[in-house]
Amino acid sequence: MKRYLPVLREEPDVTLELALEHGLTEEEYYRMLKFLGRTPTYTELGIYSVMWSEHCSYKNSIAVLKMLPRSGKKLLVSAGEENAGLIDIGDGLAVAFKIESHNHPSAIEPYQGAATGVGGILRDIFSMGARPIAVLNSLRFGELNDARVKYLFKNVVKGIGDYGNSFGVPTVAGEVYFDNCYRTNPLVNAMAVGIVEHSYIAKASAKGEGNTVLIVGSSTGRDGIHGATFASEEISEKSESKRPAVQVGDPFVEKLLLEATLEAIRTGHVVGIQDMGAAGITCSTTEMSARGGMGMEIDLLKVPLRESNMTPYEIMLSESQERMLFIVSKGYEEEIIRIFKKWDIEAEPIGTVVNSKFVTIKVGTTTVAQVPAKSLVLGGDAPVYIREQRRPTYLDQVHSFDITSLPPVDNYNETFLKLLSRPSIASKRWIYEQYDAQVRTNTILYKNCDAAVVRIKGTTKALAMKTDGNGRYVYLNARRGGQIAVAESARNVVCVGAQPVAITNCLNFGNPYDPEVYWQFYEAVQGIAEACTILETPVTGGNVSFYNESNEETIYPTPVIGMLGIIDDIDQVIDSNFKEPGDIIWELGRNFGEIGGSEYLMMITKKAVGDAPNIDLHYERSIQQCLLEMNKHNLLKSAHDISDGGIAVALAESIVSTKGLGLHVEYNCKIRPDFMLFSESQSRIILTTENKPTILQEMYDLANKFNVQLTKIGIVTDRPQFNINATIMVDVEKIKDVYYNAIERIIE
Amino acid sequence: MSRIKIGVVVFPGSNCDHDAHYVASTILRQDAQLLWHKDGSVGDVDVVILPGGFSYGDYLRCGAIARFSPIMKDVIRFAKNGGVVIGICNGFQILTEAGLLPGVLLRNKSLRFICRTVPLRVETTATRFTNKCTKGEVLRIPIAHGDGNYFADDDTLQQLEDNGQIVFRYCDEHGNVTPEANPNGSRNNIAGIVNDQGNVLGMMPHPERASDSILRLTDGLKVFYSVLESFGISVPNTTVVSE
Repeated sequence: MKRYLPVLREEPDVTLELALEHGLTEEEYYRMLKFLGRTPTYTELGIYSVMWSEHCSYKNSIAVLKMLPRSGKKLLVSAGEENAGLIDIGDGLAVAFKIESHNHPSAIEPYQGAATGVGGILRDIFSMGARPIAVLNSLRFGELNDARVKYLFKNVVKGIGDYGNSFGVPTVAGEVYFDNCYRTNPLVNAMAVGIVEHSYIAKASAKGEGNTVLIVGSSTGRDGIHGATFASEEISEKSESKRPAVQVGDPFVEKLLLEATLEAIRTGHVVGIQDMGAAGITCSTTEMSARGGMGMEIDLLKVPLRESNMTPYEIMLSESQERMLFIVSKGYEEEIIRIFKKWDIEAEPIGTVVNSKFVTIKVGTTTVAQVPAKSLVLGGDAPVYIREQRRPTYLDQVHSFDITSLPPVDNYNETFLKLLSRPSIASKRWIYEQYDAQVRTNTILYKNCDAAVVRIKGTTKALAMKTDGNGRYVYLNARRGGQIAVAESARNVVCVGAQPVAITNCLNFGNPYDPEVYWQFYEAVQGIAEACTILETPVTGGNVSFYNESNEETIYPTPVIGMLGIIDDIDQVIDSNFKEPGDIIWELGRNFGEIGGSEYLMMITKKAVGDAPNIDLHYERSIQQCLLEMNKHNLLKSAHDISDGGIAVALAESIVSTKGLGLHVEYNCKIRPDFMLFSESQSRIILTTENKPTILQEMYDLANKFNVQLTKIGIVTDRPQFNINATIMVDVEKIKDVYYNAIERIIE
Repeated sequence: MSRIKIGVVVFPGSNCDHDAHYVASTILRQDAQLLWHKDGSVGDVDVVILPGGFSYGDYLRCGAIARFSPIMKDVIRFAKNGGVVIGICNGFQILTEAGLLPGVLLRNKSLRFICRTVPLRVETTATRFTNKCTKGEVLRIPIAHGDGNYFADDDTLQQLEDNGQIVFRYCDEHGNVTPEANPNGSRNNIAGIVNDQGNVLGMMPHPERASDSILRLTDGLKVFYSVLESFGISVPNTTVVSE
């Protein structure tokens, strides 16, 4: 392969004006001068500008994030300490998991944006030594009938599928909502989960004077330069011209990188590893140095380049994909490089760990940058701001919506089927069939289920996982919306028989300099913190994505929760499908007929109005514990969370994967019928059990023990008809047709 | 014979290699080993599995580069000498590229990757891959591919039909071979074929994903049990439970 060498050109003089152009503020410019004790070189300006960008520094969010509960007995590392969170699951194993956004790249170049989003989060996982066992996602788009939205949607799905499928990790779960507020700014959040033996956990820090710094993986090109800075601004017409700021992914190289990395770790000579994501070499060298309390000397002449005439500035800021930085014990470089060669991966020594607080970047003998590592990084001396916040003015208006003004439903069957066919509710089959969900042969549940379940070979255990976040609730009531996102994701993993253990979160918001946006951010994080505390699911890490707005729209504040649950005994896994005629259908929890923020109200009014449903977190906890206890007693045949579209939709979802079954439900809670059927009141679950007196008694006893409401509402029948109160009466075949084909009918 | 040696080839980009190895070793309890693509020999194995995945990223054409890897020369020799070879998904594609099986696998008609558990009709039990099945039996086995659309010219197709080389066809849940039941547009609904000597099987569906009761799919075991029985290994006479 031809080797390209960097060039040294005369660099522009750094001025305040140039720093402002790089996205730094005046205050930050002088802060940089103070740390350096001089005017920076052009390359150094580049380094500070990416490291102090919102994307890398979390400067506007970190103070608020510190309010989240970040410790628990199963946590092996604290949030932010490593590339991803790490949870002990016994048997000498740990789970690494994290969620991250790739919203801005996906808005401009949906296929590569989404693909590299998956690639980036996978590297975060295997750079810790963990083998990825599952990926999930959380997506938001505008209304599907819009041509641009269709383009974004199809390509994002293809990008996610192509990357994960080729890499060989199953895509097991996700969620997708469609709302006009995401039209120009779609959300693409990717989550990955991996397994690692405790003894092979790799750290993301540089230790040991004289140890060698290796760059491994793809060569470095000009792709993605300033990607991190780009992610830290709003989307505008100018964004299209920033297409080069989107990286290009190669899942094949990443797969080889994975195998080589895991093999290298097993030699015992790998001291530290960090993925090169945002800000490439800059971020990995400075963060690893800062964590290890050491410095580095790097020679850019040794970095394999794929383009000619690259300047030090460009090399330092490149975000070329599928690269990682390794710290290897002195004297063992050859052994490690041999492993990478076996997998046809390049690995080049580019420098050494030094006992210094500086990261020094040279080209041969010429120093082009020398920066104190700590001054650059989050958790070190990167700037931290708490921004002004103000309760949004729209809230009073949306809360004052008079729900009694809604017209009564004329034709319940029609309304119900219309609700079921809404893309946010209908089956996501068109999407999930494009994802390989079964590779690695661990996937027990992945479609039509509350949460995915992935077994862990060699143990009796399985992991449950789910992404969740209803942005509309957060828009209407930020604190409650944050609470519900956590509560619902926990409820989802409980519904497959898992104990929720920890979360990762991806916080998608607008411009933090807008006080109303900052208020939403602050409140939502408070809500997440409260729910995580009560449900005992600490936060292991995650990602903040600000600036999700364009001239036309601002997204709903959309925190997405990635929940992890543990199932100790695979036999305890339950799913949401009804099983046999004669089984009793129950509602666990209580319906308050709340309709604010619901999909039903959205369908009728075309607006996000009302208030988000109430949630009592202690009641939620009782509901979840009660369900797990019922399952432990082997009482349950199915369990399904009641969420978007209310109980009518939840019942439909429980029947669409069955053959020849129907249901007859008599459901009355003295609420206006449409509110009763379509309310999204929280903390409710549909259960089925065998119809046997001893079982019914045990069910009631457990509900009493946990002091939660349990109501017998109907029976599973052997006639494929869907009958609720004789108000909704539809053939199950009709329901299946509408539910499974709705999305395909819009986009094909 | 109480045990056989099963070798699973690892190409760069193979990603179902561990799955096939797991079934061979943990479920079937045979001697399983991974064979590295840079090695020139398959050693003393009795069965070679070319696993699914994206060998060499599938960047040129599926399987087109893998067939040139050092180990394939020996796989071809092994097959020509009557050795048992099973190519699953990407492995099937490699077998056609290597000329061990006729035809070629094109892009799915929908142009989309499809991951779905599909019914397959067993067309012949006179192979060492289906002797534990009954003729016309419907197996439920997952597919996961973007290029599974089997194509061969009319003459080749007629030969395959006449020689009884078509082993599996996509069908509906009742065993009817219909255009609607064809997920990828393959000619004559073909899902799997054998060579004319009957020792090389290529199939797009993944039997290794349907060989473990924990995954609620076990029909794939019938394929593997058939192979074991053809080596004289007694296997459980299972009526396997399906999803």
